[in-house]
Amino acid sequence: MEKLLGIDVGSTTVKLTVVDPESSEVLYKSYERHLSFVRECTLKELYKIKEKFPDESFKASITGSAGLGLAEKCGISFVQEVQAAFIAIKKFYPDADVCVELGGEDAKIIFITGGTEQRMNGSCAGGTGSFIDQMATLLDISVDEMDELALGAKKVYPIASRCGVFAKSDIQPLINQGAEKADIADSIFHAVVEQTVAGLAQGRKIGGKVLFLGGPLHFLKSLRRAFVTTLGLDEEHAVFPENAPVFMSLGAALYSEEVKAEPLDSIIEKVEAATSHDSVIRTTPLFESTEEYRAFSERHSRTDLSKEDIKLYTGPAFLGIDSGSTTTKLILITPEGKILYSYYGVNNGQPLDTVVKVLTDIRAQAGDRVEIRSSAVTGYGEDMIKAALRVDFGIVETVAHFKAALHFNPNADFIIDIGGQDIKCFKVRAGAIDSIMLNEACSSGCGSFIQTFARAMNMDVEEFSKLGLFAKNPVELGSRCTVFMNSAVKQAQKEGAGIDDISAGLSSSIVKNAIYKVIRAKTPDELGENIVVQGGTFLNDAVLRSFELETGKNVIRPAIAGLMGAFGAALYAAENCHGMEKSSLLSLSELRDFKYTSRSANCGKCTSKCTINVLTFADGRKFISGNKCERGAGQHRVGKEFNLFDYKYKLLCSYAELGTSDENAVKNSTRGRVGLPLQLVMFEQMPLWSTFFRRLGFEVVPSERSSRDLYFKGQHTVASDTACYPAKLMHGHIESLLDAGVNFVFYPQESYNIDEHSSFNHYNCPVVAYYAELLKANNERLSDENLIMPYIDLNDEKTSVNALFKALAPYRVKKSEVKAALREGFKALSEYHAAVRARAAEIIEKARAEDKQIIVLAGRPYHADPEINHGIARLITSLGHAVVTEDAVFEDAPLVDVNVLNQWTYHSRLYRAAEYVSKNDDMNLVQLVSFGCGIDAITTDEMRLILEKNGKLYTQIKIDEINNLGVVKIRLRSMTAAIEEQRRRKNAE
Amino acid sequence: MRNKNINEAYSADYREEYPKFTREMKETHTILIPNMLPTHFEFLTVVFGIFGYKNTVVLENESRSVIDEGLKHVHNDTCYPALCVIGQYIDALKSGKYDPDRTAVMITQSGGGCRASNYVPLIRKALKAEFPNVPVLSLNFSGFEKDSGVEVGPKMLLMLAYAIFYGDVLMSLYNSTKPYAVDGDLPDKIKEECVDLVKRALTEGGYKKYKSIVSDMIKRFLAIERRDERKVKVGIVGEIYVKYSPLGNSGLEKFLLSEGCEPVVPALMDFVMYCIVNNINDARLYGKNKKTALVYKLVYKILLRVSRGIIKLFKENGLTPPHDFEHLRKLADRVINQGVKMGEGWLIPAEMAALAEDGTENIVCAQPFGCLPNHIVGKGASRAVKQLYPEVNIVAIDYDPSATKVNQENRIKLMLAAAREKERAREKK
Repeated sequence: MEKLLGIDVGSTTVKLTVVDPESSEVLYKSYERHLSFVRECTLKELYKIKEKFPDESFKASITGSAGLGLAEKCGISFVQEVQAAFIAIKKFYPDADVCVELGGEDAKIIFITGGTEQRMNGSCAGGTGSFIDQMATLLDISVDEMDELALGAKKVYPIASRCGVFAKSDIQPLINQGAEKADIADSIFHAVVEQTVAGLAQGRKIGGKVLFLGGPLHFLKSLRRAFVTTLGLDEEHAVFPENAPVFMSLGAALYSEEVKAEPLDSIIEKVEAATSHDSVIRTTPLFESTEEYRAFSERHSRTDLSKEDIKLYTGPAFLGIDSGSTTTKLILITPEGKILYSYYGVNNGQPLDTVVKVLTDIRAQAGDRVEIRSSAVTGYGEDMIKAALRVDFGIVETVAHFKAALHFNPNADFIIDIGGQDIKCFKVRAGAIDSIMLNEACSSGCGSFIQTFARAMNMDVEEFSKLGLFAKNPVELGSRCTVFMNSAVKQAQKEGAGIDDISAGLSSSIVKNAIYKVIRAKTPDELGENIVVQGGTFLNDAVLRSFELETGKNVIRPAIAGLMGAFGAALYAAENCHGMEKSSLLSLSELRDFKYTSRSANCGKCTSKCTINVLTFADGRKFISGNKCERGAGQHRVGKEFNLFDYKYKLLCSYAELGTSDENAVKNSTRGRVGLPLQLVMFEQMPLWSTFFRRLGFEVVPSERSSRDLYFKGQHTVASDTACYPAKLMHGHIESLLDAGVNFVFYPQESYNIDEHSSFNHYNCPVVAYYAELLKANNERLSDENLIMPYIDLNDEKTSVNALFKALAPYRVKKSEVKAALREGFKALSEYHAAVRARAAEIIEKARAEDKQIIVLAGRPYHADPEINHGIARLITSLGHAVVTEDAVFEDAPLVDVNVLNQWTYHSRLYRAAEYVSKNDDMNLVQLVSFGCGIDAITTDEMRLILEKNGKLYTQIKIDEINNLGVVKIRLRSMTAAIEEQRRRKNAE
Repeated sequence: MRNKNINEAYSADYREEYPKFTREMKETHTILIPNMLPTHFEFLTVVFGIFGYKNTVVLENESRSVIDEGLKHVHNDTCYPALCVIGQYIDALKSGKYDPDRTAVMITQSGGGCRASNYVPLIRKALKAEFPNVPVLSLNFSGFEKDSGVEVGPKMLLMLAYAIFYGDVLMSLYNSTKPYAVDGDLPDKIKEECVDLVKRALTEGGYKKYKSIVSDMIKRFLAIERRDERKVKVGIVGEIYVKYSPLGNSGLEKFLLSEGCEPVVPALMDFVMYCIVNNINDARLYGKNKKTALVYKLVYKILLRVSRGIIKLFKENGLTPPHDFEHLRKLADRVINQGVKMGEGWLIPAEMAALAEDGTENIVCAQPFGCLPNHIVGKGASRAVKQLYPEVNIVAIDYDPSATKVNQENRIKLMLAAAREKERAREKK
């Protein structure tokens, strides 16, 4: 009798199963990585089956994300993968309640009992097998090693689980700070669980008997452990089927029962004939001929530095270190700029060890002949390396790269650096950095991205990118984030694109990503005439060529493109060594004795309890990292009195918490307990509503102050994971209020914010305006009784009073009381605004007296929440500037006409604040933008326009749940450097 | 574009010069229109022609270069519809088919709290670099862009409304016939006939006789021979552009047809009435613009009457009628407050509920990636709708330039697999 055959073609693997139709017994199964050779791999596996069952006929079906194309082309029956899983579950585990399946690139949950429902990851969600692969690459270990390591973990770090790129930027600092690999590994697995629970289940509980399917969950013990502990399952309720990796193919086999049987040869023939037709978009080759490539290589070899033999040279030298996110670079130069020694290598997550090793080698080779007069360090690991090795200077990366570029072309007007993790671009005007653009956390499809891909194809980067140089039909892969590109590659592979075509496509994607996303150029001409490209990624000829093709310009790529940060640091060291007696850099003997230990701890200096890492050096010195403020590093906080952000937050909290500890006040609150969430529209209106309700005789219960834990508390009710962080935090605030046992939560729905007469209309953004609707629809604990959310326009007293009166009817308030209370609320709100403005004026006056720069930190009122801004204001004050906010200064500026429709209250403040800054020499503006804020896509361009028209710098910082300030710090330090440069020039004039 | 209380002398002006659409250009310029709803918009061009806009063209370019141009000219975080529309304009202007000195582009502008109100300035910005002489013509009813707006009088308004009604009727008839037709090409032929019929009524007069026109169309479609088959019905709701535009939703209707489903697409007139009702609600809730609200009420009444006439004709012929708007409002009240008026607001949950009520239990909620109102009314409201109609299956699909078709289609297929499973289970019972 003919057998049943199931073929599951996934994004990374091919699975085949042969099943006996009578007994449903699995007669044969295989699981192979296809390395994108989908058809070939499937054929190979089919031949194996032919050996085992030489004369058998089969009823066959294909399933899987990459199987659809194959099935269509070869005319074999296809079954949707979740349906396949469904069939198999029903057959083998009829009592399962929920099924969780992680695949190479997708994650799914099937709720079986209590209303069948199927969830699949959206287009923006990582947290899958490929994500784990990528993270292993980052740690430079195999996935299996990572699994083993994680079993011995002692603690779990919070890692953003939304998508691979985000997690990466959480993990990298941990690596650089020397956190234990085992702990990081386990944290990664927990992030995957987090993603599945939060991103997919979205409020629906994963409980009962849970079936875990897919390769990663079968092979990775630590991942299984993380799931089981997080979901609180016991052995009986967490089922890991023996056939988990091939489960879908099993389902496909069972599905085949209704299919017509045919000899295996005919199936093989069909698959063989299923060659690709072109439906992916192809572009032109990078090089038409080898001659063209030769000319290209020759042109670029001209920009090279000359070398000097370190073993023969006698005299002074300067050291530059660039401790990057994934690579470490060192360079030693003579005063003339000749290279004595250079090093470029992957740091394997151990930047300090790498630098010590290389520096020891330099010292050993240099002997007493070469005197290292001065040294400087830059990059992610700057602080740590500087402290550990007593390097003379630490400089911000942007300044280092800029210095290096000018060395190669003093007329350079545009510099672009693509590194492992980030893209940096500067426009240069009159010899100084004019504007800086860094990639946002979401589009960092940079160097390490190619590396990960190369590794997935079992190649090294060089080999992989060389393939692309002469690809005949490069594929077009789009230009957004890594996860999207993974899918694009998947599709290209499905359509039969070769590795060479994909390699070339990836190079061009990286370039397009840089030009159109990071730089946001409309035409390549905007970049400038004299372009210098640098960073390790540009050593890749395919990327360089793509860049030249896309811009239509010949650019300069120094042969030391990967070393430019270090070279710039060395140049800086040379420029600034005058007056220095001796470099403080560790000597050879000190280097040989160099030892350190690393441990992580929780800082106890304030309630934030940041996780910090303490490196202790052999000589007793310590280096602390991971801290958000100076106190964590054992220093005093500076500039506290120059921080309007903190002042505002404290003031709002005091309105919310007023009298909560006062027993009399509580006793007088006879009408009930109202919960006010300190977030979104309620944030700035807290003075109004807290006063309003107290006046009416309610006890005001404010929500818990924002924190990461609070976010997790409400995460299960988040309906849309791409909404902004303030909105997502709201869910935690609500939970905290419900836990506090309030009678009701109050959150008014305001299409219109308060009219401040500076714009055409005065809307709130849709999220701020209607968030209570979403809360009510997605939190089971909320009802019409315990969530009061009247629709009001505060500009119209009559309708507002009516609406509030109606909404509070169960509490028997009188209309006259409502009216009086509302008026009092408004009074409190004006008092709050006045207090903020007065404090701003004080700060400005004091800053001027001390000759400080004043930064207007402009965003939304709720950006003052420290969990949302992650302490950016403190970071700015620690750089020596004063911080005020947009709401405190905008009224001092005239009304502003902009090109876009100016119709949102909070946003129109921004334009006027920008105008205000433009008219003050000692002021600059930094705009905070929440990730996912659609309206700021409109405001940011206008803000830039206003500021740049007035000769000001525009600095934008995107924030979300990630609390790693590394990139932010680079940006702010670069801005500081640019401001200082501007000042210097002005003084010189 | 500013509050009238503001003193001109005190303001800082950062507005950049842009080409205006002058009255003469009605004659001299070709006006490009994005293809949101191919059939509807074809009718609209006829109306524009009657009112002096000599040459209006609904764009049909849909190649990858459209998206590429969009990516180059629009901010990364701006919504996908803006990217599609702008990409389509620029791609068309670059094609050489239109003289940039004698071409303008048209866009609608609602003035709501969603950023879509900003399309006009976004388009201006995008055109500035390469086509600085191409004016943007705004079609709005809020008094924006006085120097470049379409002048809409009552007569034109009425005609536009009828054009939309006819487009809706045709869309509904076609979608409910095509999957069942024995001769698969016939519905397309009949549709062409009906398009000519409506165009003739618009140009030659008699367009107000909607009863006879709609009856005629219904008769033609009912004459098509049908197979007796049950198909899975799939409703489409969502952000207005990606809900309808084949360019925006990767040909969603066609895809559903190819999967053997019957696409059920709610009427464009629903959105028009939704916008009108929002103004009435603003007066009711906040006492805003009470006088204009009276005018809106009158317009609403007229439209409601015509739509009910059409509904009656559908019912008389045994067809699933378009939604009664008053009923939609009632359904909305069960899920969400009608105060949610930004973007597609309460209309989306209302349409979901209405579809569920009519037995269309599978619903695709099409939304641009990162669309703000959709957080609330799409993904945010799905759970509430499901609680009212436990049988309904809603899948939210994000559209953006880099989301691959495979991924989108996979998710829809997943939904269809579940729908068929359910269908089978029902049959067994």
